[in-house]
Amino acid sequence: MFDTLSNRFEGIFKRLRGLGTLREGDVDEVLREIRLALLDADVNLHVVRGFQDRVRERCVGAEVHKALDPVQQVIKFVHEELVATLGGETLEISHPAKPPTVVLLAGLQGSGKTTNAAKLASWFKQQGRNPMLVGADLQRPAAVEQLRTLGAAIGVPVFSEPSDPIAAAKRGVAEAAASGRDVVVCDTAGRLAIDDEMMEQVGRISDAIEPHYTFLVVDAMTGQDAVATAQSFHAVLELDGVILTKVDGDARGGAALSVKEVVGRPVAFSSTGEKIDEFELFHPDRVASRILGMGDVLTLIEKAEQVYEEAEAEAAAAKLLEGEFTLEDFLEQMRQLKKMGSLQNLVGMLPGATPELREAEIEDEQIAQVEAIICSMTPQERAAPRIIDGSRRQRIAAGSGTRPSEVSQLLRQFSEVQRMMKRMGGGKGPGAGRKKSKKGRRGSRVTPPGGRQRGSRVTPPGGGQGKPGKPKLALPGLEDGPFDLSSLR
Amino acid sequence: MLRRRRKRNGQAIAEPETELPVGSEVGSAPVGEQNESEPEAELPVGSEVGSAPVGEQNESEPETERASFRNRLATARGTFSGFLASVASRGVDEATWEELEDALVLADAGVGTAAYVLDRLKERAKADKITDPEALVAMLKSQLAENLGGRDLELGTDGSPAVWLFVGVNGVGKTTTIGKLAAREVRSGRKVVLAAGDTFRAAAAEQLGMWADRSGAELIRGAEGADPSSVIYDAIEHAASAGVPLVMADTAGRLHSRTNLMDELAKIYRVAGKGPGRVAEVLLVIDATTGQNGLAQARRFTESAELTGVVLTKLDGSAKGGIVMAVQNELDIPVKLVGLGEGLDDLVEFDAAEFAEALLA
Repeated sequence: MFDTLSNRFEGIFKRLRGLGTLREGDVDEVLREIRLALLDADVNLHVVRGFQDRVRERCVGAEVHKALDPVQQVIKFVHEELVATLGGETLEISHPAKPPTVVLLAGLQGSGKTTNAAKLASWFKQQGRNPMLVGADLQRPAAVEQLRTLGAAIGVPVFSEPSDPIAAAKRGVAEAAASGRDVVVCDTAGRLAIDDEMMEQVGRISDAIEPHYTFLVVDAMTGQDAVATAQSFHAVLELDGVILTKVDGDARGGAALSVKEVVGRPVAFSSTGEKIDEFELFHPDRVASRILGMGDVLTLIEKAEQVYEEAEAEAAAAKLLEGEFTLEDFLEQMRQLKKMGSLQNLVGMLPGATPELREAEIEDEQIAQVEAIICSMTPQERAAPRIIDGSRRQRIAAGSGTRPSEVSQLLRQFSEVQRMMKRMGGGKGPGAGRKKSKKGRRGSRVTPPGGRQRGSRVTPPGGGQGKPGKPKLALPGLEDGPFDLSSLR
Repeated sequence: MLRRRRKRNGQAIAEPETELPVGSEVGSAPVGEQNESEPEAELPVGSEVGSAPVGEQNESEPETERASFRNRLATARGTFSGFLASVASRGVDEATWEELEDALVLADAGVGTAAYVLDRLKERAKADKITDPEALVAMLKSQLAENLGGRDLELGTDGSPAVWLFVGVNGVGKTTTIGKLAAREVRSGRKVVLAAGDTFRAAAAEQLGMWADRSGAELIRGAEGADPSSVIYDAIEHAASAGVPLVMADTAGRLHSRTNLMDELAKIYRVAGKGPGRVAEVLLVIDATTGQNGLAQARRFTESAELTGVVLTKLDGSAKGGIVMAVQNELDIPVKLVGLGEGLDDLVEFDAAEFAEALLA
């Protein structure tokens, strides 16, 4: 989601670095460009102004022109202010001594409350909790139906009754307490912030169930109005945070930036896809890094760690180093990768992912195709793909329901990856510590061949024009880091 | 009564207004004075009829709808009016232009569109030697209205059945829009089949089913997870054999950045055109709160299924929906309908002048 914004910043910084010296007026020029980038990303106009003013003030105060490396200095200010604007803290949920923990969701129509109520309940379940869903949206036709279907899918009971929303919510919480559920997630009807009657109603729901957490559900595609909406809801409900939805689109999510700045409540969760488990705690600081083109290695590593067994990783790494990376391993990695979530999301977290790569269309279905092709090969073929000739290729294509050309393409990509991996095996990882470099490599292992990109919009694996002599992260296809990480530390 | 006619004189639509609390506002609308005509019996909203000559640039404008557009927006914007009051107190200077840009940006028109609009305004203001800020704002409003208006907003009825396809990202109000539009068509004496082409979201078909019940349309649905193309195709075939002239097809909300889902939409569009019917409208539903992403949405959607218009929903909130200016400027896709609330009758024809007025209110 934040990728287009990050591309813009990358461009601005690149030009800035190209300047070498900073002249009078350069800062203003940069600030103008940043303003445009932020407004295009739907960051609220007033927030943009504040951000601009603070950066300008600091640049003037620090007498940037006399600094040792003025350009780097400006970038540093922008980075710090962006992080400050986004809000640093990741929400930590604590549970009351006397369960259940009551969570209330509110928001405009169509922001995704019902879906995200289920996602949040599923998230709590993963945390070892015993959640229950309460449907207090008695307004939208079939909203409760939708919640019940979702509840059944994630194995979470759903309570609702066709009385009135306040009574239903209250009864739901009582029901949860009685049946030993320790978390209640309450869905409410969508409402406009200017609809006094409906706002009063949600206020009364809140009074009735006294939620421990109240989240405003906000669509990542929202424009300038997000701030006004959040302010209105905050005035009635005392929000604890925002659940940012539809983050998997190409919206730039400036709403996220703005709400924190104006209402003082951070984005707590983000919904990154249509699947129930595509939902995670939001880490504002990491997102700031991502916007600035520094990637989000932490999240990537966490995801990898959830999926990979330590020993497994060691073995695979050893194999890699010896250059014995077979199609079998490749397939195994594809499958592991699939467990980590959508490829598109993963690529966005890579430090220095080129704009082309970030915008590449990566469909998870393509992994299925790769899987089908490899599964249609004999063990011999998998071990030594070079024996695959025309007739074998025909057979594999027929077996996997693909075209021979697609088989060839996969083989080409594979040999590309193999070559790259050999190079990496002999290369140097980032960072000095052994542990760290292992992690870095682990992250890189899961990168598919250039992300299995579609079309020609994408740089081929290893195709980034790496600048010699720059410290690089050893990630295939991503040599051209926007700027080195160390410069900001 | 023919739909076309009905839309012109607007009587049929006037009647349900009675239930709406908005009615109370009507008295305060300046327009109210001129009218003494027929729909009056039901509601003072009918008033607009008297102002018919004004509708020159947009003759097909249904009068009652227009009134409700204004009044609803007035309710929504009450708190914001006077936004440009400060502009009026000075002469036209650099700050005036800045404030106009701010107003456009805050309405989600986007920096690019705002610059384009204001550049043109600057030229015209210079030519006309405008120095009064109020006159400048008025000029801007008429320029915006001119830009957005003058389009044929009639929904196509060619084909038997005519097929109207509703597309858009998740949560913009596609299903609700169909429900309201179905009610309008049924009330005008037309039979309508609703095709539950959203086979993805849980209970989407149920939601559409409830709208079918409310509006008196017939629902054709498939199993959850069924191929949406085939559900819609079946609905078209059914409508053709039953002599129903209109099929409104719901589709699942999809993010335009998801290629596979956009391919699915392209298939729906293709298949819908293959049956006995004809795809007369492909309407992109956009939520008024949508920011700059709306332009990307329109671009990608029209690649998969050629859009014939935009439905701008949720305009009764505080969001102003300025992104449709960019959509129309860049892609030449007109806004045809506007959603102003959750009620069955809260879908009205787009009125460029009112929209421009509200945008800068």
